[in-house]
Amino acid sequence: MAKMTLEELRKLRDSRKSEIDRRDINSKDSQIIVGMGTCGIAAGAKTVLDTFIEELNDKQITNVAVTQSGCMGLCYVEPTIEVIVPGMPPVIYGKVDAEVAKRIVHEHIMQKKMVSDHIFDRPSIDIIKDGGK
Amino acid sequence: MAFRNYILVCGGTACESSKSDDIYNALIAECKAQGVADEVQIVKTGCFGFCEQGPIVKILPEDSFYVQVKPEDVPELIAEHIIKGREVERLLYVKEKKKHAKVEDIEFYQKQFRIVLRNCGFIDPENIEEYIARDGYIALEKVLFEMTPDDVINELRTAGLRGRGGAGFPTWMKWNFTRQASGDLKYIVVNADEGDPGAYMDRSVLEGDPHSVLEAMVIAGRTVGSNQGFIYIRAEYPLAIRRLEIAMKQAREMGLLGKNILGSGFDFDIEIRLGAGAFVCGEETALLASIEGRRGMPVPRPPFPAVKGLWGMPTVINNVETWANIPVIIAKGGTWFNKIGTQDSPGTKVFALTGKIRNSGLVEVPMGITLREIIYDIGGGIAHGKEFKAVQTGGPSGGVITIENLDTPIDFGSLTKLGSMMGSGGMIVMDEDDCIVDVTKFYLNFTVDESCGKCSPCRIGGRSLANLLEKITKGNGELADLDQMLEIGQAMKKASLCALGQTAPNPIISSLHYFRDEYLAHIVDKKCPAGKCKSLISYYILPDKCIGCTACARKCPTGAITGERREVHVIDQAACIKCGVCYETCKFGAIEVR
Repeated sequence: MAKMTLEELRKLRDSRKSEIDRRDINSKDSQIIVGMGTCGIAAGAKTVLDTFIEELNDKQITNVAVTQSGCMGLCYVEPTIEVIVPGMPPVIYGKVDAEVAKRIVHEHIMQKKMVSDHIFDRPSIDIIKDGGK
Repeated sequence: MAFRNYILVCGGTACESSKSDDIYNALIAECKAQGVADEVQIVKTGCFGFCEQGPIVKILPEDSFYVQVKPEDVPELIAEHIIKGREVERLLYVKEKKKHAKVEDIEFYQKQFRIVLRNCGFIDPENIEEYIARDGYIALEKVLFEMTPDDVINELRTAGLRGRGGAGFPTWMKWNFTRQASGDLKYIVVNADEGDPGAYMDRSVLEGDPHSVLEAMVIAGRTVGSNQGFIYIRAEYPLAIRRLEIAMKQAREMGLLGKNILGSGFDFDIEIRLGAGAFVCGEETALLASIEGRRGMPVPRPPFPAVKGLWGMPTVINNVETWANIPVIIAKGGTWFNKIGTQDSPGTKVFALTGKIRNSGLVEVPMGITLREIIYDIGGGIAHGKEFKAVQTGGPSGGVITIENLDTPIDFGSLTKLGSMMGSGGMIVMDEDDCIVDVTKFYLNFTVDESCGKCSPCRIGGRSLANLLEKITKGNGELADLDQMLEIGQAMKKASLCALGQTAPNPIISSLHYFRDEYLAHIVDKKCPAGKCKSLISYYILPDKCIGCTACARKCPTGAITGERREVHVIDQAACIKCGVCYETCKFGAIEVR
């Protein structure tokens, strides 16, 4: 690395900041939990996990922690994920693939709108517009 | 591809000595083997502070806190936690049957407030980019391009930062003296000669976050008009030295040290000087003499180093912890800093909590917290269910604080009032098994060993005090000895050249004040209540409890214990060397100390 000017130092800091902020759990208020039981992994949970991470990174969203858990018990609609965002009920989505994962980031995380057609189990169906699946 | 998990492995000296290096390498190998190497970032950080439970591995973003991890545990950690998302429960920090998964749940961390240790255990100290990403060198930018030297001094003045090395002198004043002093050359010096028994605050900062100190030095250089800094560190801190060298090299390569820093036209560079481990070299004038290549002995002050220091030039010399506060104060402002802690002593203090405490380790707390909170809430109380007796603050220069004063809010002033002192931050907890006379003797022997011998009050006075304590613990003490010790102590306090001699009698003065009874027991009753002073105790076998298992007789190094199998044994008092092995060996509580 060559000697830096002030501008270069600032640029370097900005470029590394989001990466290091992702490590800082105190700055996170939202959570995406991906069910990574054997059933989930077999149904493609790994791709979903990767998609979430890339998509959040792409959109420079740093307040969301992506964590894994074991099987959530809804093995018939794997891969399942849970999204917890302040001010919204915790939601469990099922049959999530890369496309749905992107929609969840755009709609649920960014626009605070639930992706109704993939909601399973939670929240109870009377809260969801058009009843969920 | 961004990382989805971060594994932080403690790379402090304590964890490294329990194989954290092997764990780090095993993690890298295992992540490769299980095909997740490019999804997981493994970072070797500085000390997490929770040394009692090391080696520590923290996995983010789940914030799982794994303790006492062994290299063999690594495959399971990766397979379960990383691949399947299931925490490995058996390795999580456990206290009273409740599993503590998350760091924020652990009481050890709840009352802490981290400024100095902000990056310790979070960043990789060998990677300057991680420091920069955590707002590193922002303060330097401000100082180089936005603030005048007056602004910097005023900011420190508003902050009210006081030197963390022990004496608590206002930092802004020191800097201002040097700034106003005339001299062709001026120097910046870091005092990293940490010598108190049981203290390792400075080492941990240098190991975990070396750039915070480097950045502060450049800031000071710019403020007082100096282009050269020295870090005086003991040679027995090899890891800290290595990380400092790496940090300096990276800073130079990036133009944050050396000529024309960040294009500002300001030059500053730093050299490391290794100390040979003499306690007196922590005294600033002795330290400067040692840097100059002379024998490390103090000279009378004034003139103070701020005006006439290294090679006779104005020199700013501060302790490591003081330096680590500077970049945060400049970046966040003096007003922000001043709100933390107490009016007398703003900010935080790092303590190395050791001795008979359940969670020994490194803690950073806001000033004004009570000793009770540190010892019971953070430290988890006394180990092995024993009774608290006293806590020694300020190391061999400080004194004991007893249970009546545990609720005193800690700051520079309050500890001095109690007859102890803040010192550099060593905090040694004693329980009912510690003999206060014996502990005091340990400290006195330490200062006698470490006295440079230049001035007679310290050289002769210290030796006399140690001799009197030896006499008392041998059972030959007389009541007049107590007054004589106080008299010698007062003379040393008044007449010694430097703080080493001036504070050496403190442990005696303070322990005599709080534990006079225990001294009297040694002198009048010829007994050591804690059972530590060997000349004053004897071991006996209780006939009704001894079952004749022969365990003690087999372990006794002098063959002083005799007796047939299944019959009561007897200790030959003439042959007994009072090593206590029988006492530790007996499973039936049949050995008694009298």
